[in-house]
Amino acid sequence: MPSQPSSALKIEGLRKQFGRPAVDGLSLDVRAGEFYLLLGPNGAGKTTTLRMVSGLLKPDAGAIHIFGIDAIADPVAAKQITGWLSDEPMIYDKLTPVEYLEFVAGLWGVERDVAAARSRDLLHWLKLDEHAQERCEGFSRGMRQKVALAGALVHDPKLIILDEPLTGLDAGSARLVKDVLVGKVRAGNCVVMTTHILEIAERMADRIGVISNGRLVAEGTLAELRDRTGSGQASLEDVFLAIVEQDRAAE
Amino acid sequence: MSHARSLAWFARHEARLSWRDTLSMMTAGRPDRERRVIFWILSFALFLHGIAYLVLQRYVGQEIRLDAKTLIAVTAAILLSGSAMLSQAMESITRIFYSRSDLELILSAPARADKLFAVRIGAMAFSATLVSVFLIGPFIDILIWRSSLRWIGAYGLLIAVSLVTTSIAIILTVKLFQIIGPRRTRIVAQIIAAIVGGIFVIGLQIAAMFSGGTLSRMTFLESDFVVNNVPDATSLFWWPARAALGDWRCLVWVSGIALLLFLAVTIRYAPRFAGYVFAATAVSYKSRVQTAGSRGFRVGTPAAVLRRKERLLILRDSWLISQSLMQLLYLVPPALLLWRNYGKGGVAVVLLPVLIMSAGQLAGGLAWLTISGEDAPDLVSSAPVTPRQLLRAKMEAVMQCIGLVFCPFILALTLFSGRQALVAAVGIAAAAISSIAIQLWFRTQAKRRQFRRRHTSSRIATLAETLVAISWAGAGGAAVTGSPLSLLAVLSALVLLYAVSIPFGAASYAKVRRQRALVALRAPAPAAPPPAA
Repeated sequence: MPSQPSSALKIEGLRKQFGRPAVDGLSLDVRAGEFYLLLGPNGAGKTTTLRMVSGLLKPDAGAIHIFGIDAIADPVAAKQITGWLSDEPMIYDKLTPVEYLEFVAGLWGVERDVAAARSRDLLHWLKLDEHAQERCEGFSRGMRQKVALAGALVHDPKLIILDEPLTGLDAGSARLVKDVLVGKVRAGNCVVMTTHILEIAERMADRIGVISNGRLVAEGTLAELRDRTGSGQASLEDVFLAIVEQDRAAE
Repeated sequence: MSHARSLAWFARHEARLSWRDTLSMMTAGRPDRERRVIFWILSFALFLHGIAYLVLQRYVGQEIRLDAKTLIAVTAAILLSGSAMLSQAMESITRIFYSRSDLELILSAPARADKLFAVRIGAMAFSATLVSVFLIGPFIDILIWRSSLRWIGAYGLLIAVSLVTTSIAIILTVKLFQIIGPRRTRIVAQIIAAIVGGIFVIGLQIAAMFSGGTLSRMTFLESDFVVNNVPDATSLFWWPARAALGDWRCLVWVSGIALLLFLAVTIRYAPRFAGYVFAATAVSYKSRVQTAGSRGFRVGTPAAVLRRKERLLILRDSWLISQSLMQLLYLVPPALLLWRNYGKGGVAVVLLPVLIMSAGQLAGGLAWLTISGEDAPDLVSSAPVTPRQLLRAKMEAVMQCIGLVFCPFILALTLFSGRQALVAAVGIAAAAISSIAIQLWFRTQAKRRQFRRRHTSSRIATLAETLVAISWAGAGGAAVTGSPLSLLAVLSALVLLYAVSIPFGAASYAKVRRQRALVALRAPAPAAPPPAA
């Protein structure tokens, strides 16, 4: 039975093995209009989970529903409303940002006028207007990341999945990206993001999910997580480390 | 142990990197393939010796005569290998200048960079020698075995030629750098490298065509026109040929001059390489503005934008263009033959196989780029289009490029004969589709810059692509003469295609089984049967 539309992303019993379990029966429910952060140590299964949600990996078992659409049974419909940004920005060196956005808009079937207006806005917000007609081959990592982000947003996805989107960005660019994402959440879109920058998680996230060994070991608001670990006014870093340590001890 | 940062220390560092890089390229990054690769290399070397024996059997057992025909043939062979080495060396230098790789680390260290570049120049000459020894060595071995021990001098000459061609390549590239600047040098040097690699063969073919109306190089080289117009047998011009034929005095002179030239070039240019690398690096930091003109924002269907993207990426990549140009250059002589014999019959027998073979090879390269060499696989995989739509659009892009290149030839052929044009069109389409299918079956995930390594990722695919293209070319050639052999060639192409599709079929079947198992896992458990009454 499909999940309710108020649920932006519903994952049930998701499993994926690469020799050993990378994701091991993960379940989570992210609501529409929510900024959800996935935290976890290296190799916890965050990226594998997000890649399965984006349709880049086939799960061994489990179910994924995006705004009520079964993403495994109907991946094309699910992809239509999803935007994905990898931690390693993959763009075409020989294309300009405008050409790249034309390409992405075409892939997602966005109407020309709508795509043109959105591209203009995105390039402006991300301060890429000056470089709009330059080939990406000479761009810095941060600029490439911004072009890729514009590509992930040009079709105005309802669910935005971002894997370490702030890596390599300078403070100014990181602020720009954060503002754009907060704007999207306020507009009713849903953002699911991984990051190692816990200060951002602390400030931006509505809810935080902690993954360890492919399982969701804790979930809630920062206050709820603090209560769970009994850390009082501790920082998210302390709370996160305490949760991961508890999980290791339980194993 | 060599002192850190000395010439020997850098040489050892380079040797280790080159060895691992070569091994990784040969095994396509799979260490379990090392033994198999060594076996295949040895088998191929043996095979080349067999070919050399068959080619040279009419010459073996004869005394070496230093007549004009022998000197011309040997000089032509030297120029042929020299042009290939020059092309390879220019390619290597361009890569040294423009790929940053470890240079930033080394240039930021308090070590003398000229030593590193001297070693890299030496490595270029060494690798050029190694490749030519592998390819030409079998012919020399057969001549030594069956003709005379004097042919051993040819090995010495190969080393001398590699030293000279490396030196010329450095001078040419540096001069280009100084005259047209680092930005343009990249593309111009790569195009020159591609042209130089084939220019000697093509030049000979064109000369043969205009003098005798054929594409046979040997006919031209042995013609009275050439024999009567070459310098006297005692001329300095023949020294390299004499050196190859075992004249030790000439070998010492030629090798000495080559070594002196190489040392002079290394001493002069190695200290300046760092400056060129910095200039080239600055180019890669500069963005290239693409003049969009007054056109508006262009959005099409997924298939249309995919085709457009593939076209743009191919057209804007100078290196890819130069690599493709190399294949297309070989179409120049048959094109000239077509033009020269306008109104006469019999051209198609020569022309059609060349056209069909080229179409197959070009399509194979382009199909690899579009299907396997996708630089943003996550982006296209996360798009709301089915994999079938994606692949179809990519294949259409390849077929469009093939159509663009070969349509003029087909149109020109229609002026001779509609039947020949039809055979050419069918043959080109069949060869191109076959190559695309093979690339589809053996697709891997790679980056476009790994294009050079595409042949090593699957040797079966490479071999199949070549054999199928040869079969289609043979079928085309036989079909225009009305020979029933064309049917045999078509059958051979189809059997080959079927044979290479079997592993793909097996893989697809396994995938379908996995998907069925997944669906079964996700399906709700069947309801328990009602209790028996």
